[in-house]
Amino acid sequence: MAGHEPAYIAGAFEHPTREAPDKSTMQLHAEVAKGALADAGLTKDDVNGLFTAGVPEYRSGLSPLVIADYLGMDATYVDTTDYGGSSYIAHVGHAVSAIRDGKCDVALVTLAGRPRSRGQATGSGTRELRTVQDSFERIYGATNITMYGMAAKRHMHEHGTTSEQLAEIRVAASQHAQYNDHAMYGDPVTVEDVVESRVVADPLHLLDCCVISDGGGALVVVSEDVRDDLDREAVEVLGHGEAPSHHDAGRIDITRTGAEASGERAFAEAGLGPEDIDYASIYDSFTITVLEAIEDLGFCEKGEGGVFVEGGTLQAPDGELPFNTDGGGLCSNHPANRGGMTKVIEAVRQLRGEANSEVQVDASVALAHGTGGSIATRHGAATVVLGRESR
Amino acid sequence: MTWEPRPVPEVTPETDAYWTAAANGDLLVRECSACGLVYHYPRSLCPDCFSENVEWREASGHGEVYSYSAARTMSGWPEDDLPLIVAYVQLDEGPRIMTNIDANPEDIEIGTRVEVRFVDTEEEDVAVPVFVPIEA
Ligand SMILES: [Zn+2]
Repeated sequence: MAGHEPAYIAGAFEHPTREAPDKSTMQLHAEVAKGALADAGLTKDDVNGLFTAGVPEYRSGLSPLVIADYLGMDATYVDTTDYGGSSYIAHVGHAVSAIRDGKCDVALVTLAGRPRSRGQATGSGTRELRTVQDSFERIYGATNITMYGMAAKRHMHEHGTTSEQLAEIRVAASQHAQYNDHAMYGDPVTVEDVVESRVVADPLHLLDCCVISDGGGALVVVSEDVRDDLDREAVEVLGHGEAPSHHDAGRIDITRTGAEASGERAFAEAGLGPEDIDYASIYDSFTITVLEAIEDLGFCEKGEGGVFVEGGTLQAPDGELPFNTDGGGLCSNHPANRGGMTKVIEAVRQLRGEANSEVQVDASVALAHGTGGSIATRHGAATVVLGRESR
Repeated sequence: MTWEPRPVPEVTPETDAYWTAAANGDLLVRECSACGLVYHYPRSLCPDCFSENVEWREASGHGEVYSYSAARTMSGWPEDDLPLIVAYVQLDEGPRIMTNIDANPEDIEIGTRVEVRFVDTEEEDVAVPVFVPIEA
């Protein structure tokens, strides 16, 4: 980041599984940690920073201790920021800050979960009330998909966005997924396939929704000194921004997201802008999540996202803004119902030249962005800008 | 709209008056005497200025649909109550509040004028505000 000591992502690992009935979530946690450390050329004993949102299915505030205990890990610094699927993008920024402050120099970021093996279905909700807001929201049957559905409906109302335009986002992801041997859905789909799939929550169809998968991923963020001793190509963290966003006492605008602020902060720190981005990983819990983020990050004007995504704009390698070249959460993987981790991992692959060859972009600067939580109530927006070492 | 059992909200000292009023057929909002903000959901401190000088105000119960989504499937929810319309209604007093619209999805759109109704729960002193379209 401009004016600061550089910090790097030196290891990245995505668990190849999408369904793990015979493994525990903690086992997946350990397997991704081992994988990312091996990728970096480091060992468990090198880790002194632990960054995790815990174990989502435990819903325990003590879960960072559960993870440290299970992994047998000693840390001098722990960060457990949790605002849903974008947390892991935030963790990258937090790890960089901790490294710059001298609190740690090898930071491990982990995610794992098994919602598929636990039998979760698309569009399912919970009636359990946990937070003060649940008594004013969940009592109405509000689920993630109805809330994202409301955002899509309002965006259509204000800007004339169509279901066919949202479908373009799934089409691009599916084109990429066909080259990913691990993708849950590897068959390309058409706009017609998407808009003719069943409506889950009006106006969102089944194919507007991400997959439900088991798995996980991990990242290793390191200081410049550590990086200098490694053989593996690392990726520099150029900028990071976050913006927790909420209901605002009743003034919420569900056509806009925290990406407006998180993107601006990340770009300012990197000294770059949307025009400098060669590849973008954008959290795709639903197609509308991508559309709003594209606008709010400044890739097009507010309200023009629908027109922007038409005609293969998002399709690698030739589109104007190649996105989610692993197939994303829409087609490939959404471990633990949290898509931020895989967004960073695919951006790292692109910058290292290790994406699937059919979708590899000549990328020297990439962005990873997440919208965690609910777009229509509370979400944490997190953005990182990453750069190839030889830019 | 009467699915059973409808989830019962957690009643706290901060929200007791809101739910009790609903059981008596009134929709309340909070208004800050210091800065004038009318807000939802109820909190004892104004979320804009942190003043504790906040009053209950009886809302008109009228508003318009800000957005909505009709869920055709929802595991764990009664089949008879589908499609379920989850909505934000913008009250005439200002705040956008999450609720249900008791209507056929085909009969409403963004901007439809609506008015409040109250659905009983298993708790005698707790009713839940929902909305219905105002007949033209
Ligand atoms: Zn006030």
